[in-house]
Amino acid sequence: MFHLRKLIEFVGSVSGFALRVVVDFFRPPFEGAQIMRQLAEVGYRSLPLLIAAGFALGTVMTLHTRTTLVTFGASSMIPTVQALAFFLEIGPLLTGLLLAGRVGSGIGAVLANMRATEQIDGIESLSIDSFKFLVVPRVVACVIALPLLTLFTDFSGLMGGFLTEYFSSGTSFYLYIARAFANMEWSNFIPPTLKTSVFGFIIGLVSSYFGYTTNDGAQGVGKAATYSVVVSSLLIIFADVVLIKCIFFAFPENAR
Amino acid sequence: MSLRNPPAVIFDHVAKAFGPKQILRDISFEVPTAEILCILGRSGTGKSVTLKLLMSLIKPDTGKIWVDGEEITGLKEAGISRVRRKMGFLFQDAALFDSLTLYENLALPLRRLTHKSQAEIDTTIDKVLGQVNLGGDKQKMPASLSGGMRKRAGLARALVLEPRILLADEPSSGLDRITAAEIDELLLLQKRERQTTVIVVTHDVHGARRVGDRFAVFDKGDLVAFGTAAEVEQSENETARKLISEY
Repeated sequence: MFHLRKLIEFVGSVSGFALRVVVDFFRPPFEGAQIMRQLAEVGYRSLPLLIAAGFALGTVMTLHTRTTLVTFGASSMIPTVQALAFFLEIGPLLTGLLLAGRVGSGIGAVLANMRATEQIDGIESLSIDSFKFLVVPRVVACVIALPLLTLFTDFSGLMGGFLTEYFSSGTSFYLYIARAFANMEWSNFIPPTLKTSVFGFIIGLVSSYFGYTTNDGAQGVGKAATYSVVVSSLLIIFADVVLIKCIFFAFPENAR
Repeated sequence: MSLRNPPAVIFDHVAKAFGPKQILRDISFEVPTAEILCILGRSGTGKSVTLKLLMSLIKPDTGKIWVDGEEITGLKEAGISRVRRKMGFLFQDAALFDSLTLYENLALPLRRLTHKSQAEIDTTIDKVLGQVNLGGDKQKMPASLSGGMRKRAGLARALVLEPRILLADEPSSGLDRITAAEIDELLLLQKRERQTTVIVVTHDVHGARRVGDRFAVFDKGDLVAFGTAAEVEQSENETARKLISEY
C-alpha cells in the first residue's frame, strides 16, 4: 500500500513537471542559445557511441542471419531484413536505450550537482527562472536530437551489414542498397524514426526531474544519475510497445 | 503593501521548520539602509536560512518579511523576481555556473535583465572584476580558480547588477586572513560608496567586528541578541557574549 502511494505520488509529480516543461516552452524568453548548447551536448557528442554501436550490431546481425538465410537460399534477402530490422525497431530502440545511459545519466548528474553546489539557487538569485533556463532546453534538445541520431544508428547498422556482406559474398554497395530499400515504404521509415522524439522527451524529462528535484547533497548526484538511467530505460521500453501499437493503428499496412 | 522611507529589511515574527526540525523561531529584527548587519551563531542555527528567506529561495512558515518597503512573503513569481533584482547574493561556495567562464557568469544576468549594449556589458564586467582584482582572469573557468578567487568572483557576480542590498553567506570562510580582509574591505566599500545595505552571515568574529554596524546572534533557532557590538557584549545571553568576544 505504501509503495502504491509512493508510485502515485511519483507519477503525479513527474506529470506536473512535464506539464511545466510544455507550458514554459511556449512562454518567452525563448532559450535558443541554451537549446543549441544542449543540442551539441546531446547530439554531436553522442554520435561516436551511436555510430560504433550501430555498426557493430549491424555486423553481428548480418553474421547471425546470413547462415540461416543462405540455408534456405534466401541470401538476397539479407539487406532487406537488415534494413527493416534497423529502421523499424533496432535503430530507434538502440538509440533510445544508449542515450538513456549516456545523456540521461549526464543530465541527472549535472543538475543534481548544480542543486548540491547551490548553482540553481544562484540562478534564481539573479532573477532567472532556473527551470526554464536549465530544464526546458535539455528536454527540447533531447526531443529534437533523438530522431536525427536514430538515422545515424540506422545507417551505420546498414553499413556494418554491407561490409559483412561485401567480405562474405562480394555484394556491391549499389546492389546492397537497392535490395535494402526494395521493400521499404515511407511508413516503415518515418513513424518509427519520429517515435524516438517520445523517447527523447522521456529521457530529458525523467533525468531532469531526478536531477532538478534532488535534495540529498553530493549523495543525490549518484542517485539522480542512476535513477535517470533506470527509469528512462524502463519507460522507453514501455513506450515502445505502446507506440508500435499506435503506429500499427495509424498505418495498418505496417502490421502485415 | 509598502512602507514609506522604510528600513532596507524587516523580519517580523518569522518562523521556519524543515520537517520536524524547527530552524527559526519567532525572529524579528530590522536593518536600516546603508548599514552592515553581521549574523553570528553556531553551525545549524538558521543563519543561512535567514538569507535564503530574504531572497525568497524558501518561504517562511509564519511571519512576514519586508525588503525595501515591500512585503515579500505573499509575492508571486513576477514580484519575487522584481524584488530579487534589488539584491545580490554571495553564496558560501560562490555558486558560479561551472560550465561558463567567469566573464559569461557575469554577462548572463546583464544580458537577461538589463538593456545594456555589448560594449556597456564589457565595461561593467571589466569594472566589477577590477574591483575584486580578477581583471586578468575573466576567460577562466570557475574550476580553475582558487578558493579566494572563487569567493571574489562570486562577489563580483553578486555586485554586477549594482544591488541595493547585498547578502553574503560566509564570505571569509576557508580564506587566509589577508584575503578575508580584502573581502571585508570590498563589503565596506559597497556601503561607503553606494549606500548598499549588507547582511553578512559569518563565523569570523574578527572580520564581523571590522565591518559590522550591528550584530544579530542566533542560537538554536532563536535570536538571542541584537544590537551594536557593545550592546551584544552586555547581553544577558551567555552564547551571545561568547560569540561576540571570541578572538
